[in-house]
Amino acid sequence: MIKVENLTKRYAGQPAIQDLNFEVGKGEIMGFLGPNGAGKTTTMRILASFMPPTSGRATVAGFDVFAQSLQARAHLGYMPENVPLYSDMRVTEYLDYRAALKGVPHRRVAERVGDVKELCGLKEVENKLIAALSKGYRQRVGLADALLHEPDLLILDEPTIGLDPNQIRQVRDLIKNLGKQHTILLSTHILPEVEMTCSRVIIIHKGRIEACDTPENLLGKIRQAGGVLLEAKVGADNGVEELKKISGVRDVIVDSDGDWKIFSLRVESGADVREEIFRLATTRQWRVRELTQRRATLEDVFVEITHSDSI
Amino acid sequence: MRKFYTLLSREVRSYFHSPIAYVVLIFFLLIAGVDFYFQVSFMNQRQVQYTVQEAFFNSVFFWFAFVLIFPLITMRLFAEEFKLGTIEPLMTAPVRDWQVVLSKFFGALIFYIILWIPPAFYFVIFQYVAGQPAAHSAGAYSGSYLMLLLLGMFYLSIGCLASVLTKNQIIAAIISFCAITLLFFLGLVQFILLDVSSAARDLLGYFSAIEHMGTFSRGVIDTRPIVFYLSMTVVMLALTHQAFQSRKWRL
Ligand SMILES: Nc1ncnc2c1ncn2[C@@H]1O[C@H](COP(=O)(O)OP(=O)(O)O)[C@@H](O)[C@H]1O
Ligand SMILES: [Mg+2]
Repeated sequence: MIKVENLTKRYAGQPAIQDLNFEVGKGEIMGFLGPNGAGKTTTMRILASFMPPTSGRATVAGFDVFAQSLQARAHLGYMPENVPLYSDMRVTEYLDYRAALKGVPHRRVAERVGDVKELCGLKEVENKLIAALSKGYRQRVGLADALLHEPDLLILDEPTIGLDPNQIRQVRDLIKNLGKQHTILLSTHILPEVEMTCSRVIIIHKGRIEACDTPENLLGKIRQAGGVLLEAKVGADNGVEELKKISGVRDVIVDSDGDWKIFSLRVESGADVREEIFRLATTRQWRVRELTQRRATLEDVFVEITHSDSI
Repeated sequence: MRKFYTLLSREVRSYFHSPIAYVVLIFFLLIAGVDFYFQVSFMNQRQVQYTVQEAFFNSVFFWFAFVLIFPLITMRLFAEEFKLGTIEPLMTAPVRDWQVVLSKFFGALIFYIILWIPPAFYFVIFQYVAGQPAAHSAGAYSGSYLMLLLLGMFYLSIGCLASVLTKNQIIAAIISFCAITLLFFLGLVQFILLDVSSAARDLLGYFSAIEHMGTFSRGVIDTRPIVFYLSMTVVMLALTHQAFQSRKWRL
């Protein structure tokens, strides 16, 4: 549904994205993950024909986003970052207007607007001015708008940004449901989101793709590079010094809880240092209340990839 | 065509959703009313060679209000969409650039025409109360209203261009105000500099809104200003379209 080839965009000479190549197949929910300024919005704006790339090519539903932008736009539901809306309009009025603009046939407008209001939970605010809506409802209006013309493909730029945890869960469930009938490309810098909703993830950093895989595979790759948690009373010992001597331990961060010290250990890939730690603890007569291997999360993958150059 | 109509109706509605429209409307009615009142009471005191309608369209009051309303009507057209980011959902919908540009221009034109409906009733009321017509012929009415339309189109298109150049409404208003005032005074130069060559004077005459209004409001329809204002409007809209498209490369 989306095909991107060597896509590059420069703002006044400064590259925002460089040589992106990826594909999103039909029915996929693709997560686009990266820290702020990584180039997510830039990529999505190019895909939505809002601005042309500096070089490279992108097609949406088989249409070139630049040369056949009108057809490409007609096949795409796009929700921009921060969801700009006309605040002087009422919800239904706005959706009616957007439906006509997107070429929904006259006799189907009422039905479509009714459907998306139902789907996005906008019934109770349908007659409110958009200016009076909370952030969560504005987000839903943006989503409803993207769905109006029944596009095969949805591009959602940070759909859950600025929402409270409850709203985030609602929007996430909504997206998961939409994923049953639509192809979705969604961007976020919140990790659990892609872990829970996406079938594949692209990690983008400083305008380049650093990884592209399923969440499971990405986790698998650096599962071992997770960490170990140790809570112990170390008496007169420093703790950190001794732990760092164990081979395979890269880094130790220490925190304290009363008399208890909490050590977070970063270990090398493939190393299991728990046995060594236990031996150390018995010889030094530390009193241990917890010793666990922390499972790597996508967050670790992310930190690993995006901070690799600064370590 | 349906998309153009959809855009146009949203533009017109948005005027009546914004307080600025009502400020302009009231300000304009007030000035036009004061103008009309002064012209009539002035004529009551002495013998004059012109009609109420001619006096109304050629007074200082009229021109003052006239030059001021265009920046107010047009400043928000594009600048506000750029500022609030609503340009993004707009231009990622399947609409063409020219549909957006023309809908904004014609939306402004419709609002401008609506502004001119109440003053038309002044003449009707005058005729009813005074028992005599306010103009010497129907042609004088249509001449002055035609000139209003032509001048309006030209100045509104300048306003569109100013608004597409910036995302700051105030700057847009200042640009269009300066451009319109400059054009307006360009037409006055020929009255001030008496020793300019006749060719230069002819050229400047093309910009003389006051002179055009003077002839048209007497009911004398000259095709040259008609062609001039229409073609200038087209040029301004083409420039607006160009600037609007190049926004993509500036981003
Ligand atoms: N309109 C713009 N003009 C200049 N630079 C921009 C513009 N928009 C974004 N950038 C730059 O491009 C880079 C990528 O930004 P963006 O795509 O918004 O990242 P993200 O959405 O991942 O946070 C950033 O360094 C940002 O400063
Ligand atoms: Mg962004």
